[in-house]
Amino acid sequence: MTATMTPAPARPPVSEPSALRRVLTTPTVGPLVALLLACAFFSFNSDQFLTGGNFSLIIQQVMVVGTLAIGQTLIILTAGIDLSNGAIMAFGGILMAKLAADGVVPPLVAVLLGLLVCAGFGALNGLLVTTIPLPPFIVTLGMLNIVFALTHIYSQDQTVTGLPDQMTFLGETFRIGDTNVTYGSVVTIGLFLLFAYLLSQTAWGKHVYALGNSPEVARLTGIRTNRLTLGVYAVAGLVYGIAALLLVSRTGVGDPQAGQTDNLDSITAVVLGGTSLFGGRGTVIGTLIGALIVGVFRNGLQLMGVASIYQTLITGVLVILAVTVDQLSRRRNR
Amino acid sequence: MSRSLRSGALAAGVAVAVITLAACGGEDTASSGGGGGGTSAVKVGLITKTETNPFFVKMKEGAASAAKANGAELMTAAGKFDGDNAGQITAIENMVAAGVKGILITPSDSKAIVPALEKARSAGVMVIALDSPTEPQSATDALFATDNFKAGELIGQYAKAAMAGKPAKIATLDLAPGVAVGKLRHDGFLKGFGIAEGDPAVVCSQDTQGDQSKGQTAMENCLQKAPDINVVYTINEPAALGAHTALKARGRDKDVLVVSVDGGCTGVKAMRSGQIAATSQQYPLKMAEDGVKAVVTYAKGGSKASGYTDTGVTLITDKPVTGVESKDVAFGLQNCWG
Repeated sequence: MTATMTPAPARPPVSEPSALRRVLTTPTVGPLVALLLACAFFSFNSDQFLTGGNFSLIIQQVMVVGTLAIGQTLIILTAGIDLSNGAIMAFGGILMAKLAADGVVPPLVAVLLGLLVCAGFGALNGLLVTTIPLPPFIVTLGMLNIVFALTHIYSQDQTVTGLPDQMTFLGETFRIGDTNVTYGSVVTIGLFLLFAYLLSQTAWGKHVYALGNSPEVARLTGIRTNRLTLGVYAVAGLVYGIAALLLVSRTGVGDPQAGQTDNLDSITAVVLGGTSLFGGRGTVIGTLIGALIVGVFRNGLQLMGVASIYQTLITGVLVILAVTVDQLSRRRNR
Repeated sequence: MSRSLRSGALAAGVAVAVITLAACGGEDTASSGGGGGGTSAVKVGLITKTETNPFFVKMKEGAASAAKANGAELMTAAGKFDGDNAGQITAIENMVAAGVKGILITPSDSKAIVPALEKARSAGVMVIALDSPTEPQSATDALFATDNFKAGELIGQYAKAAMAGKPAKIATLDLAPGVAVGKLRHDGFLKGFGIAEGDPAVVCSQDTQGDQSKGQTAMENCLQKAPDINVVYTINEPAALGAHTALKARGRDKDVLVVSVDGGCTGVKAMRSGQIAATSQQYPLKMAEDGVKAVVTYAKGGSKASGYTDTGVTLITDKPVTGVESKDVAFGLQNCWG
């Protein structure tokens, strides 16, 4: 609608005067301020909050949804949506776990196969979105059910235990000072940095934003939009596979029930991070902050002894407010 | 570009508002929890499968009153849905970080929760499983639960006696594949009825997830398959009530024997109007109370709880049969939950 008239604020013009101004006008500033305020609040209210161990814990707790949310961000930037990511992750996780636990293939091969299959489901989503074409909401809703069913059929509803150590390696820790940090946390942060770089510094990233702002304009400027869309869904699928590995290493089991609300949780992280659901505007670093906001509230409220239902309440309020901010800034932009 | 600045400011304002809200919530819970916010109070964590199931609501009530009576501080958390293992793991980690002495948990996934519980125990936290065991059971210090096999056995014996030698055509409305509680009750029922798995008397078996509407659908399908069903075993009373609705629609509600497990108040009341013939009642309040007491004992230098504590099960019916001990519905209502 208004997208064609809108210069994407995430990508300010090159002639922007001062670096400070550019930092202040980044859409991630709002979420970042919210995150810092939340941290300050919980530090005052709980002695246990402001410790290295606790922050390490929060990162471990958000890494799975956060990683899913990287893929979700890519897809939302193209003005799409993915309801199937939690289900794809669950399938990838159970596949890796079962293959490795049964000793069918070496653990490394099991992981690679899991990643490949997740990327395949992502590509299938992309194929249906681009070739038929169907709305992403419908495609991924269908895929959610298909993959959910496949997970339960394949696993026979059994949790897979007895995984080889290589499968849970990312759950192991190393020390920074007094704090135990998991390798999985490092992988997660690394992924966020990688995709922040890809989106902001490469032609591919610029094309993704262009596609989300206006597919028609993107096509006319010579971007092969169908191929780009297919690629984005496939890459997102691959990222879900990595999330599956993180999940398996965190829980130490293959769990067919996993990820059932992660599709919505990943959308929550994306929205809280200031990415527009209408596409073309947002950053993965914002998404990381969005995921951390949820994690900090959950952890902080628990440390204060607040019942978990308040986390749900507050998350709901935050999401509506975040989208309100997005909408208001768009209206002023018109 | 000032609009982005303004949205940033707005978002920040919003965050402050939300945090204030959280603070209010915090005060409410702290005062009702009875811990008084004193730093010396023993902290006890209770993690249920979900927030909303009346069974767990009652469990929370029992834990809260026991915490108050023993000067302990209760923290609660739950998964988002039945089966949310990751949510329960997060709750365990946060509670350990908050410095709890013990965690009471109804595991959503009896196997998948084990590594997280082992971590908590190695941090010196006593872990007690409530209501359902972990696999292996030794992953927790102790188990306070209903003997689910016995609960099934009681209604199986009751149904056998109530049929008085008439040939039975049985439908079993079960829980879900791979869940221990459901399997134990199902197997107990068969044992009590004196038949083995695969017996031709069982003409239909369906999963209900313990849900009323799914119970109704399951019963409708069973009646479609075998219209002459005359005994219905149900995993819990919501499933039984769903089955009753389906039976009523077929005009079969008077001549089919419906038996169940749980002993929730809605279920016990439904026995009064004849929708359910008998149920095995269990006691979530007692599980939670005993659990909190055990944690306080441990914190005060006592020993850890261990092994399995049977929190009891009672057959409730207003149409008693000879040879099977039971209590009446009035007793059931006094001791029901939900």
